[in-house]
Amino acid sequence: MRGFIIKEFYHIFRDIRSMVILFGMPVVQVLLFGFALSTEVKNAPVAIIDHSNDQVTRAITSKLLSSGFFVLSDQVPGEGHIEEVFRHGKVKEVIIFENDFAAKLEKDHQAGMQVIADASDPNTANLLVNYTSAIVNDYQQEYLKGMLLPATITTQTQMMYNPALTSIYMFVPGVITILLMLITAMMTSISIAKENEMGTMEILLVSPMRPIQIIAGKVIPYVLLAFVNAVSILLLSYLVLGMPVKGSLVLLLAESLLFIVMALSLGIFISTISKSMQMAMMLSMFALMLPTILLSGFIFPIENMPLPLQIFSNIMPPRWFIIIVKSIMIKGLGFQYIWKETLIIAGMALFFIALSIKKFKVRMD
Amino acid sequence: MPIIEVENLVKKFGSFVANDHLTFSVEAGEIYGFLGANGAGKTTAMKILCGLSAPTSGKVMVAGYDVARQSEMVKKRIGYMSQRFSLFEDLSVWENFQFYGGIYGLPAAKIRQRTTELLGRLGLESEKNQLLGSLPLGWKQKLAFSVAIIHQPSIVFLDEPTGGVDPITRRQFWEIIYETASQGITVFVTTHYMDEAEYCRRVSIMADGRIVALDTPANLKAKYQAANIEEVFLKIARS
Repeated sequence: MRGFIIKEFYHIFRDIRSMVILFGMPVVQVLLFGFALSTEVKNAPVAIIDHSNDQVTRAITSKLLSSGFFVLSDQVPGEGHIEEVFRHGKVKEVIIFENDFAAKLEKDHQAGMQVIADASDPNTANLLVNYTSAIVNDYQQEYLKGMLLPATITTQTQMMYNPALTSIYMFVPGVITILLMLITAMMTSISIAKENEMGTMEILLVSPMRPIQIIAGKVIPYVLLAFVNAVSILLLSYLVLGMPVKGSLVLLLAESLLFIVMALSLGIFISTISKSMQMAMMLSMFALMLPTILLSGFIFPIENMPLPLQIFSNIMPPRWFIIIVKSIMIKGLGFQYIWKETLIIAGMALFFIALSIKKFKVRMD
Repeated sequence: MPIIEVENLVKKFGSFVANDHLTFSVEAGEIYGFLGANGAGKTTAMKILCGLSAPTSGKVMVAGYDVARQSEMVKKRIGYMSQRFSLFEDLSVWENFQFYGGIYGLPAAKIRQRTTELLGRLGLESEKNQLLGSLPLGWKQKLAFSVAIIHQPSIVFLDEPTGGVDPITRRQFWEIIYETASQGITVFVTTHYMDEAEYCRRVSIMADGRIVALDTPANLKAKYQAANIEEVFLKIARS
């Protein structure tokens, strides 16, 4: 058994491609998602058409511009030519204050402003409009302070758990999930398929080793490597991206280990149904990678999907693991809140192990 | 005393009969040639003898154990070399020997001793730290054979061991087989080279899942009035 594990490490360490996937990819992905693929909007160019130019509109404008989300664009379109500036793409949002803003606010307790955003990029537009109304609301409250007025309804939005809307909070759990899934499932399925293809599996089966020992010997190195990877992703996101772990680190690592075991059993299953290394690689890429990214709720919210896809996403193991990671890392919740998800992943692991053993036995006959 | 005893072995895949009532035995220390055209059922029979596949019916005893019920005991006493080259290309010669010695449960000292001994016999001690992938095919085949007998099995099964190898290496390979047999290890070999069949003490020829001829090469040639085994084979295959 020890010899088996040593041999597997030789395979991994002598193959440049495995090394790149194992150690290069986690670092690149974390940094990519952390820095480059940010969904936060900073310094969005905004054009302001101020028909009043009184103390209130100037106060709101300076509040907007000092927030860090907006910079004032030098382009000031005429009222009828707003579309033009959007077409040039140099302005993301246009704000228009009506005439006599301050006076109307004082007299009628009501004044209007228009916020127009370039929604050809809907996510950004949505964020900008939200930021703007939040800032205006904020100003409104300050303004009302100390004034005796009829009750004014103000909407109060609060971004729970991620008050700064930092996108790293969203990405790190997703990246951990994708990497663990990919490394473990893909690498094991490829390495077992390789053994089949090279004919070495035949020799192993003729030896006195039991099938379960053979599989364990192939799988244990990947458990270790995937675990090392999980820890290094967490370290990297903590040190470089400042992502905290609010809940129990031990619980997080234990859950990661469970997820790794699940991904491994999936990898073994893939290798039992693929005839060659290529097929194992294609299967893991298309059957694992894409659904993991698209249907796990990592990038696209599950609630927004059409119903059939929502139902389908239930059988995606990453979906449940992302919930677990978010609960522990960001919300700091304990096991009593995630036992259901844990149970689902454990069930999936058992399912794939049982299926693989059955497949393995059929082949022996 | 026979080391392999097969009586009325039948193997069916659905309605297809791959092995139809095979009966034969192999003596200890014998070199036994297992011939037949592609698809005649050789590989199926060999898999059953190695404990990789269970017989549908019949009695198969290998090294004194029943393969259907005691395959673990059988597996410890046999060696196997497949037609596909089966050592690890990204491991060195030495590491391959260490690994295969290990899966047969040999102690480390024993593995070292056997590795030195086997490499010495092939004259490949100086290549022991080279990666397998960098060696010529003939050497790899000889190494694969040495690995198959690292645990000193009672029987070694060779499935077309000389496929794709040049005539000189083939000759050397058979010298090693003879040497191995002289140490008391039974050699059970399949081949498509009919000149190699002449080197065997006895050969059987399979066709359509049955053994149609089994005797020494000399007796077979006499019986079929043929100059060599190749002619015998063609006469049987055409009838």
